[in-house]
Amino acid sequence: MLSILIFFPLLAAFAALMSGANAKRIALAAAILEFGLSIFMTIGFNPAGGTQYLVEFGWVTSLGISYKAGLDGISLLLVLLTTFLVPVIILSSFRHNYKNPALFYSLILTMQMALVGVFSALDGFLFYVFWELALIPIYLICLMWGGKDRVRITLKFFIYTLFGSLLMLAALIWLWMKTPAPHSFDIRAFYDLNLSATEQGWIFWAFFLAFAIKMPVFPFHTWQPDTYTDSPTPGTMLLSGIMLKMGVYGALRWLLPVVPAGVHEWGNLAMILSVTGVVYASCIALVQKDFKRLIAYSSIAHVGLISAGIFSLTLQGIEGGMIQMLSHGINVVGLFFIAEILMERLKTRDLADLGGIRLSAPAFSTFFLIVLLASIALPLTNGFVGEFLLINGIFQYSTWMAAVSGLTIILGAVYMLSAYQKIALGKPNKLTEKFADLTPTEKWVLIPLVLMIFWIGVYPGYFLGIAEPSIKALRDVIHMSHGISLLSN
Amino acid sequence: MTTLIVITALGLVTLFSEIFGFRKVLHPIVLAGLAVAFVTNIFDWNKGGHLFNEMMVIDNFSVAFTGLLIAITFIWCLMSPDFFTEPSSEADHFALIIFSLIGAMVMVTFANMIMLFLGIEILSISLYILAGSNKTNLASNEAALKYFLMGSFATGFLLFGIALIYGVTGSFNLEAISSHLAQSAGQNAVMMLAGVLMMMIALSFKVSAAPFHFWAPDVYQGSPTVITAFMSTAVKTAAFAAFFRLFLHTFSASPSIWAPTLMIISGLTILLGNITAVYQTNFKRMLAYSSIAHAGYMLMALLAMNDSAASSLLFYTTAYSVSSITAFAILLLISHQTGNDEIKSFNGLAKRSPFLAAVTVIAMFSLAGIPPTAGFFAKYYVFSAAAQNGYIGLVLLAIIGSLIGVLYYFRVIISVFKTEEEGQDVRVGPVFRMILIATSLAALLLGIAPGILAGLI
Repeated sequence: MLSILIFFPLLAAFAALMSGANAKRIALAAAILEFGLSIFMTIGFNPAGGTQYLVEFGWVTSLGISYKAGLDGISLLLVLLTTFLVPVIILSSFRHNYKNPALFYSLILTMQMALVGVFSALDGFLFYVFWELALIPIYLICLMWGGKDRVRITLKFFIYTLFGSLLMLAALIWLWMKTPAPHSFDIRAFYDLNLSATEQGWIFWAFFLAFAIKMPVFPFHTWQPDTYTDSPTPGTMLLSGIMLKMGVYGALRWLLPVVPAGVHEWGNLAMILSVTGVVYASCIALVQKDFKRLIAYSSIAHVGLISAGIFSLTLQGIEGGMIQMLSHGINVVGLFFIAEILMERLKTRDLADLGGIRLSAPAFSTFFLIVLLASIALPLTNGFVGEFLLINGIFQYSTWMAAVSGLTIILGAVYMLSAYQKIALGKPNKLTEKFADLTPTEKWVLIPLVLMIFWIGVYPGYFLGIAEPSIKALRDVIHMSHGISLLSN
Repeated sequence: MTTLIVITALGLVTLFSEIFGFRKVLHPIVLAGLAVAFVTNIFDWNKGGHLFNEMMVIDNFSVAFTGLLIAITFIWCLMSPDFFTEPSSEADHFALIIFSLIGAMVMVTFANMIMLFLGIEILSISLYILAGSNKTNLASNEAALKYFLMGSFATGFLLFGIALIYGVTGSFNLEAISSHLAQSAGQNAVMMLAGVLMMMIALSFKVSAAPFHFWAPDVYQGSPTVITAFMSTAVKTAAFAAFFRLFLHTFSASPSIWAPTLMIISGLTILLGNITAVYQTNFKRMLAYSSIAHAGYMLMALLAMNDSAASSLLFYTTAYSVSSITAFAILLLISHQTGNDEIKSFNGLAKRSPFLAAVTVIAMFSLAGIPPTAGFFAKYYVFSAAAQNGYIGLVLLAIIGSLIGVLYYFRVIISVFKTEEEGQDVRVGPVFRMILIATSLAALLLGIAPGILAGLI
């Protein structure tokens, strides 16, 4: 069943490619079907049952590479996020007529296949292949449908991330060589390795760079603002909503449990980098004039906090990271969609040109406000739950870091609310007077997002319940098999 | 042996076609002959044995590489006839290509130094002529002369090396040399050392490894594109197979006398090839440097010196040849239409011919080594084999090299998707369409299910 979940989008991608003008509708139907399938799998999922829906068979047996995939709570939540967001993203692009739609939608679906694969692979090599596969469609999407400066920016993006992935590949090969003969890429075999602290340190850095570039963590973020700004909005949504979670997920699944001594040694530095990124990106976001760029920087701040929470290794920190990954995915897609609507109707993203939209477009402004408040972590929205848990977790690790990263809430409120003020409040000018309110399709994009914002905000227990046993099991692996002492609970 | 006889007979028949006037049916004859040779070659699988007084050896290694060479030549013969410069040259071209195929086959099956020399010469002499086959073109003449002069110089090194090794061991037979090396157990005469190094230089020249690569860019660019396609695929494959058989089957008893040197050559080739390729604006020249870089990666397979070395080399040469021949086929079509072979002429290909754009992307991905294409697994096998043997530094260098490689391969992809510029549509004939579909599918298939080739030898 899991294999169907992984490869159905690829099949749909072929269908979309062949269908010509109908690609939109086929892609949407396929994505909704995929979402239905993932819901069905969630219903059959037993949170306490460890890894489920396991499939395994030899792929390149001579090299110990197998096709092994399965879902535990952590994977399942991210798969759900992917299958939930992709139909929303596809629907959000309906308003826009892209050139060569067949290719466009088939690339999005191919991307979905790779993402689901990344989140469910349990073989190091398979993980790497899906990881790279996710890069190709998004690169082509940005290259073909991006803004003016796309060639330079997308190449920078590609080289940056490929550099990280190749380092990761080197680390994976090293781990493979250390497994007892016949060598294997199985994640279980990696967990059972007994590596020296020095080796773990090296592997930590190889993995960490790969994941840090993908997330991106300060100071490896320089590709991100340009790429987010210049990509077509569905591409940006895929990048920020789902793809950056690959980095966080990679750290959770392949970094922490495999080289805990390395994390013990260097985790502090990783935390410092993450927290620095939080403050740094927030400060830059404060002075942005371009709304899309502002969201890009706020995204760096949010992901920095997630990364800090995860490297704290505390239960709350990791749980908060999980919830915040979902929340951030939902919120950032909403925000980019709002930015897209603004840009398309007014042909500008410059905040100084805007104002008073609330008068002409009340529904738009209400949705905007909800998504925005969720993004600055107002209680009862999803952002609050995530950030609360994260800061709680970081607090257990270090009071100082918690204090510094807590600034993100204040700074986030400042830049987001001031952006809202500049866009929606004040007096309308000539440009914004005639701003049309949301169309029904646009509402249907925002409604599911807002529902999810409140669901996670009011009752996060459902999602935590899915993830918690797996997170505890993950901490057990770190603790038991490597004797690394962790902070209590 | 049947295979060799079939191919030789085919070469002679091709030569006579001009005299007896059956030139019109030559093309099907050549294709049929190659197909027959391919089939007879398969029957040698798992047979083993020696030919001609231990002059040649039939083992799975030689059968696999012979099969690959015949397949490459088959594809070449399918696609080339439209692009010969003169109508009369069809028979000459086919005959020379078939003769160089014989040379290549000898290079993968030799069990005696003499046969190695003969194989290299049969291959090279045909190629010297072919490089200059565009008789009125100055660049083509220059390429032929340059190739000939440098090639003969390298052959001199090869002969000198063979002579020195004969002086130490008293034999041309690979088995005898190998056992002599094993007995001397590290106590090697200076003459042996010099002989091995000279042979290494000669073969490095043939595979265009740095610092013996200077001929390659000019020869690749100057020769007619059809010939370059053959040179960078079949010739490279044969040279690497010879390299492998000589160093891993014969000199493997004392790797200490050649492995460090080879490591430096490999590292240098990867760096020089990749970095220089970044600065090229001409597609053909870029492919020449990329082929130098790939030679560096393939040398890493020789350094691996373990069970997987042979199969990783076979996989790499196959993956490289498949993607390389795709790239050259595309170039043939495009340069035929635009009249030049700059990267610029790929501009807007996505609009001019979406089919060609798609296969270009697959070929470039494969050459750059990005999954799920054959090139990725090829690199993966070679890198992991070298890493297993302790060459971590070299592997890291190779990874950096691959990263640089992305820069220039992606330049082609970017140019394919430049939508601003208008250009004429490129017409793709049915034969080319078939070839390109087949090679692209092969590149994808080997990337998804590498097992079909990887465990073969």
